[in-house]
Amino acid sequence: MSTAYPTTWRKPPQMIHSRALRIALALGAVVYLVLAIGTIEVNWARVVAGMERAQRFVAGFLQPDFTTRWRDISNGLMESLTMTFTSTVVGVAISIPIGVGAARNVAPRAVYLVCRAIIATSRALQEIIVAIFFVALFGFGAFAGFLTLTFATIGFIGKLLAEDIEDIDEAQAEAIRATGASWLQLINYAIQPQVMPRLIGLSLYRLDINFRESAVIGIVGAGGIGAALNTSLSRYEYSSAGAILLIIIAIVMMAEYSSGYLRKWVK
Amino acid sequence: MLRIEGLKKTYKTGDKALSDVSFEVPQGQVVGLIGPSGAGKSTLIRCINRLVEPTSGNVLLNDLNLPALRTAELRRARRRIGMIFQEYALVERLTVMENVLSGRLGYVGFWRSFMRRYPDTDIANAFRLLDRVGLMAHADKRADALSGGQRQRVGIARALAQDPELLLIDEPTASLDPKTSRQIMRLIVEICRERGLPAIINIHDVVLAQQFSDRIIGLQAGRVVFDGPPAGLTEDVLTRIYGEEDWTAMRNGAAEDAEAEAEDKAQAEKMLRAL
Repeated sequence: MSTAYPTTWRKPPQMIHSRALRIALALGAVVYLVLAIGTIEVNWARVVAGMERAQRFVAGFLQPDFTTRWRDISNGLMESLTMTFTSTVVGVAISIPIGVGAARNVAPRAVYLVCRAIIATSRALQEIIVAIFFVALFGFGAFAGFLTLTFATIGFIGKLLAEDIEDIDEAQAEAIRATGASWLQLINYAIQPQVMPRLIGLSLYRLDINFRESAVIGIVGAGGIGAALNTSLSRYEYSSAGAILLIIIAIVMMAEYSSGYLRKWVK
Repeated sequence: MLRIEGLKKTYKTGDKALSDVSFEVPQGQVVGLIGPSGAGKSTLIRCINRLVEPTSGNVLLNDLNLPALRTAELRRARRRIGMIFQEYALVERLTVMENVLSGRLGYVGFWRSFMRRYPDTDIANAFRLLDRVGLMAHADKRADALSGGQRQRVGIARALAQDPELLLIDEPTASLDPKTSRQIMRLIVEICRERGLPAIINIHDVVLAQQFSDRIIGLQAGRVVFDGPPAGLTEDVLTRIYGEEDWTAMRNGAAEDAEAEAEDKAQAEKMLRAL
């Protein structure tokens, strides 16, 4: 009657079944890590000198100077905010049709491939590279920055929107299709209500990414607060740079909180 | 009238969902389509309005051969075929009214539907239908704020808003409790009677099917293995459709159910009289 059941149980290996291979792979990874770290050259004298600069920088950061360069800072800030807002609006507007086209369940195959290609291009090119390109094309300033951020927004929103559309509840779409609805009506009645809250959330999220990016691409000449930051750093005006960084942090935090609040509100 | 001739469906994976299904549904008849899971019930009703493309065969709705239609003609044909779904399939973030009006999408242009400016007659009709299914007070609520039974009533109103010539009903009671299931089935059958609508109801619950339909079609592995009146569903027939099982126990349960329902009704009438 009483069968002796085992009293121990171990979770079987999930990916690699051979014990020897598992150990060999782990050892290989450790050896490579050690060798790789060994190849990084460190100039300790330079590091010491750098620490000194870091001290000056931290000191400047602790005593931020908003007044001396206020004109540059406020101009850069306005430019950045304008760039952020316009590029997000235009970028989202362009990425909606591209996102719909890149969703396999609603777009024909040819359209799908074209839209995916656009998204892939946009995502493959990092903002800085795109910014350098647009600065070379259209010169220094906010216009290059606007184009860069718009381009980056298309890849970001387009991809996430397409994935969201592919994840919708098909039953709702099927029900609308069964009423004899056209393709546009299907998008408007079955797809849009399902993806709208997430699209709004993503757009707000992209708005605050675009603001942060506007500070970065300014460094390569695409205008905005980044340009002001670059100028003050190259003039060794660390207290002005500190002031700019504090402003960026404050705005990003504000954007973060308000977008989080708004996202909770739209559901 | 609906006539299905030699309908076949083989999925790309090679699964034969339907092999040579033929039958006719005259005006006003409510057909209960029963069969085990995977017998092809869902595929069959979706092949009628071509949510699933049939491999071959004819589906004639009032002499219009549906499988032969091109896209625009198919849309025009679909708007006369109402469909009611398992799990309701309402667009959850739209209001109840929008869901009912979506039954008119095949009749109005894109801008009208986009601006939600439907013709007056459509709106009046939508309110009339909401009143008919007892949801007049809920028109402006979001669909996901309703209970299961209420949602299925909206689903019914949406299908009726299409002004259908045929109702396709896929497991209408699969996610409802027994009492609500009976109310929903009764409502569907009443509406079919009122309008002389033919309907095909895909249903798991044999007892419900017997109780509410005029005719039963039993599907097994993509073939019709029974076609007859509900009374003809003997234990032999059930075994032919579903395989070996103790059917008497189910029968007894059903008898108890019916008794309980009769009691409920008597109770309700008593209360009404007391009022």
